[in-house]
Amino acid sequence: MNIKATLAALLVTLLAPLPALAQGIDETINRIFADYTGWYVSFIFAPLPGTTFSWIALWLVVGALVFTLYFGFIQIKGFVHSIQLVKGDYSDPNDAGEVSHFQALATALSGTVGLGNIAGVAVAVGIGGPGATFWMVIAGLFGMATKFTECTLGVKYRNEYPDGRVSGGPMYYITKGFNERGLPGGKILAVLFCVFTILGALGGGNMFQANQAHAQLAGVIGDYPGWITGIILAAVTFAVIVGGIKSIARVTEKVVPFMGIFYVGVSLIILIMNYDMIAWAFGQIFMGAFTGLGVVGGFTGALIQGFRRAAFSNEAGIGSAAIAHSAVRTKEPVTEGYVALLEPFIDTVVICTMTALVIVITGVLNVDPETGLYVWNAEAGRIATEGEVSGVALTSAAYARAFSWFPVLLAVAVVLFAFSTMISWSYYGLKAWTYLFGEGSSKEVVFKIIFCLFIIIGSAANLGPVIDFSDAMLFSMAIVNIIALYLLMPIVKREVNSYIARLKSGEIKRFKH
Amino acid sequence: MSSETFIVAYEGEKGDTPTLDYAIERAKKDGANLLVVHILEWSPYSFLTPDELEERHGRRKQEMARAKEIVLDPAVAKVKAAGLEASAELRYGSVVDKIVEIATEKSASMIFVGRAGSQSMAARVFGSVPIGLAQVAPVPTVIVP
Repeated sequence: MNIKATLAALLVTLLAPLPALAQGIDETINRIFADYTGWYVSFIFAPLPGTTFSWIALWLVVGALVFTLYFGFIQIKGFVHSIQLVKGDYSDPNDAGEVSHFQALATALSGTVGLGNIAGVAVAVGIGGPGATFWMVIAGLFGMATKFTECTLGVKYRNEYPDGRVSGGPMYYITKGFNERGLPGGKILAVLFCVFTILGALGGGNMFQANQAHAQLAGVIGDYPGWITGIILAAVTFAVIVGGIKSIARVTEKVVPFMGIFYVGVSLIILIMNYDMIAWAFGQIFMGAFTGLGVVGGFTGALIQGFRRAAFSNEAGIGSAAIAHSAVRTKEPVTEGYVALLEPFIDTVVICTMTALVIVITGVLNVDPETGLYVWNAEAGRIATEGEVSGVALTSAAYARAFSWFPVLLAVAVVLFAFSTMISWSYYGLKAWTYLFGEGSSKEVVFKIIFCLFIIIGSAANLGPVIDFSDAMLFSMAIVNIIALYLLMPIVKREVNSYIARLKSGEIKRFKH
Repeated sequence: MSSETFIVAYEGEKGDTPTLDYAIERAKKDGANLLVVHILEWSPYSFLTPDELEERHGRRKQEMARAKEIVLDPAVAKVKAAGLEASAELRYGSVVDKIVEIATEKSASMIFVGRAGSQSMAARVFGSVPIGLAQVAPVPTVIVP
């Protein structure tokens, strides 16, 4: 009895300082995180001399614009054909059982649709005002051409291994494509791309996801230390990617699309309930796009936020999608390019716009009743909101205005979205890792363990440093990838011209299903 | 040479043995040849993880080799041993749709399918292969208990 009592007393004494210690860990991680990554983040988002426009946003937009013009607005001209391809109209029935266009698109989408659409949009609208939505949609529309280019190359230069595995990605099209064109530096760029992909996988594909999943859970359950969410998420991820418990991943992959459809469905219902305000909301979005509606940073603030969030959400130009799309079964690489261009459309033009409209319509952004302008919270650096929330909490608050039960469901959705994005990015990161260090189970396990550790860091760190670091890494991938796309786009052009000619001549046939 | 072709929808499970035996018996009487059909359930609209995408092509090869070796080859051998002409067909897709497709393509005159495997709750709610075939098969279909 005495021993039991002593043990219990000892346990209480040992556990008592745990909450304080946990808080300490949080703060330490935050400090170290901000200290070590701050300089790189500042470099990536440095404004062009004499302006407030960051060079990296310009880099992505110019890229998307160049590909749009070079391929003659393929996202408009090829849109119907893209849908025919996803429906399987051009799929050989003898290839049944192989990866279909739909499956490649769905898997790529489950890696991109997620927190970018829920939290990212809220960040963009919260800082840039409703006008950010307009620029986000524009970036999404142009980004479709970028996705087309990178995914065509991803399939063209993929690897088919003797054991039947099929995989590819920018590191492979950079090396093989550069060799084909006799260009120097392919290997260096590919290595650089892989380094950024690994860091991007740990940043945007991991820490940002874990961080926002924790934010939403804490919002519903009540505040608690981030490392707890981190350890749980890390353990489940570990079970899937190291332990090989594929059933968890499979369940997530199946549930996530329905969550996505449900999210869009609820958004539509809220919009229908407020149908009289839709025109007004679009007005706010259009006016805000060019005037900023009094938001600090004005028009450029809206533009930068819109572009940043669009890139983060649909990943066009980042190169990650090229990895996901490369396993499709097709004899024509261009077909996957067509299919991939639907990704930014679904992700950014449809889903992000839904979120933005709901945030604007439900009135969670505080408006000064006298001037009719949004109230700026200078301290937080964003528009003042009810409860001073941002990110996923702002989206949650907006949807809760219509349905009080929504935050609970959103918490479940956010955790699942975060998890499926993490699974996808662990794969992208791993592909980059094996490109650098070679294949082999022990080498792969090292990366997977690092990946799981970063989930804990991501959950514990503050939103600011995490989002900035995530963005910086993803955009670094885009620097390398878009350079390669510029140099390899003539190859894609040749493929497209040949494909379209054969499509018109009837050589490429539609199959009757 | 017989002019008629009978199709046996064959899963290769234990419960399918009576179906194959009955089809052999009927084919003998009618002088028909037998086409043993095995369908691997597959939808191009299912969701896969990135790992599954990478492995799909290799997995498909394995699945087809396994189905041929374990399911189709022994069945064809059994039919041939009974003195009938036999062939096999292996496809991916929705089981009922594919059997109907093959029946049409090969101008089959009859389909044999086992009732076994249709007792589960899911089969009762969503319909099973024999029920599906009974509804849409283009030729007379025999459901073997």
